[in-house]
Amino acid sequence: MGDMNRNVDARMHDAGVDANDLSILELLENDARLGARDLADILGGDEESVASSVRRMEDERIICGYHTVINYNKVLRDERIMAFIEVDVTPMKDRGYDHTAALLAKYPEIDSLYLITGDNDFVCLVQGRTMFEVCQFVADRIAVMENVRGTKTLFVLKQYKQSGVLTGAARASGGEGRLVVSY
Amino acid sequence: MKPINRAIEALKPSGIRKYFDLANSMEGVISLGVGEPDFDTPWHISASAVESFEEGRTHYTANRGLIALRRQIANYYRNRYGIDYDPESQILVTVGGSEAVDLCCRTLIEPGDEVIVLDPNYVAYEPAITMAGGVPVRIELTQAHDFKLLPEDLEAAICEKTKAIILNFPSNPTGGVMDRDDYARIVPIIRESGIYVISDEIYSELLFEGEFCSPANFEEIRDQVLVINGFSKAFAMTGWRLGYLLSNPALSAQLTKVHQFVIMSAPTAAQYAAIEALEHGMPDIAAMRREYEARRNLICARLNRMGLTTNVPKGTFYVFANITSSGLSSDEFCVRLLEEQRVAVVPGTAFGESGEGFVRISYATSMEHIKEACSRIGLFLESLRDM
Repeated sequence: MGDMNRNVDARMHDAGVDANDLSILELLENDARLGARDLADILGGDEESVASSVRRMEDERIICGYHTVINYNKVLRDERIMAFIEVDVTPMKDRGYDHTAALLAKYPEIDSLYLITGDNDFVCLVQGRTMFEVCQFVADRIAVMENVRGTKTLFVLKQYKQSGVLTGAARASGGEGRLVVSY
Repeated sequence: MKPINRAIEALKPSGIRKYFDLANSMEGVISLGVGEPDFDTPWHISASAVESFEEGRTHYTANRGLIALRRQIANYYRNRYGIDYDPESQILVTVGGSEAVDLCCRTLIEPGDEVIVLDPNYVAYEPAITMAGGVPVRIELTQAHDFKLLPEDLEAAICEKTKAIILNFPSNPTGGVMDRDDYARIVPIIRESGIYVISDEIYSELLFEGEFCSPANFEEIRDQVLVINGFSKAFAMTGWRLGYLLSNPALSAQLTKVHQFVIMSAPTAAQYAAIEALEHGMPDIAAMRREYEARRNLICARLNRMGLTTNVPKGTFYVFANITSSGLSSDEFCVRLLEEQRVAVVPGTAFGESGEGFVRISYATSMEHIKEACSRIGLFLESLRDM
């Protein structure tokens, strides 16, 4: 039904996935609550084959999890703090940055971790309950790691947007003023 | 006091006003009754209007609209649909497609002229005809023919008094589409009769299958066709009130005369936004169309499973669902669905008598809402069967 797959044809070179898989990923990335029945209705397949595609992509760690976008401006505001930590690292012979990255990634305090261009090598998103807790984590765990030359901590004051969703003062899309019924 | 214009007084207010008021006043209603995109205008488009304010561009524009915008419109119709219009003499920028409908009627119709409309059709056409002193004549479209206009029906409807026909494909409310072959069958009749074709192409970008075809694509009737289009549906710009009207130079001059006295010029900031939309907004259209298509597929699959047989519409963001299996009339179905399950859809009869047995379901709302609404419609249908 339709050609929901047309935009993804060009990206077929990705290993192990077909156009239908890519359509599934695109839909789930925007709305993880779409079930196999929903996906099958949208893409025009049968429920069982969609479910098995999703399971396979989960097994292959193409789909790594399903998360909820929470607006922490509204809840637990005084108990959650976020910081971006830039980390300057000496790359290791033969292993480059990957070894240090693997060690950093083990810490549950680190939510996201990226190798970046610019003055420093890594940027990590760190979650903590207090500023002190985050500082302690950086000082006791990251700064002292072998190969780490220095860190720079940037505390988040307010979140405006996350994963494509507006969470700041701006209203969400389609709010006040739209008629319930119109021609 | 003296009486007001009797023609206006006699104009029927929309028959489902009461239903609309009820829906708008109820709490917890999931609406599949909306005739506009749920997306906000893409920000880069809005930003260019803000920029125009900052630069003090707050004056009237030329009556026909900014020449830069008319050039963009000309490029767009040439590149996208293969039809050439001269920005100097054939393009008029209007206050939405609605003003364009009114201009066409006022400019073409003389008292007693008949204008053919399709039934079901968008609600504003018939009042516009009537207010201009014309007489609407309906051609009934059927689900069996995918709500297309058939040549034999057109031929039968045309008489001496016929001045024009108003077409709207992709169609609100049916989602029906006329393709090139469909038009090819009616073009000789139009040419022969010399009637005007007012082609409301406001949903031209919301087409999921096949290529859009306009009656103006047919050279032999080009001069008889008045094309209406705009920015509301394609770019999610309903509140900006900006459309345009394309026609032969002689007609365009007359249309511009009326526009000049009634409107002066379309809102200036909206015109700057529209330039940005046509210049850089095509990827936005593609993204929105893709989302609409996903929703359409989901909603049609669900409705058909529930026994509401539905032609999968090729365009727009409406499904015209056949509800006769429920045993209810369109009005009863809508009122009871609203009261019992708090889901708002629009009765097909709002769009003409042949809409009886149908409801218009809009999927210009989030997937979450569509899924929940479908569940509620399912519960509603079950409750009918249990009785």
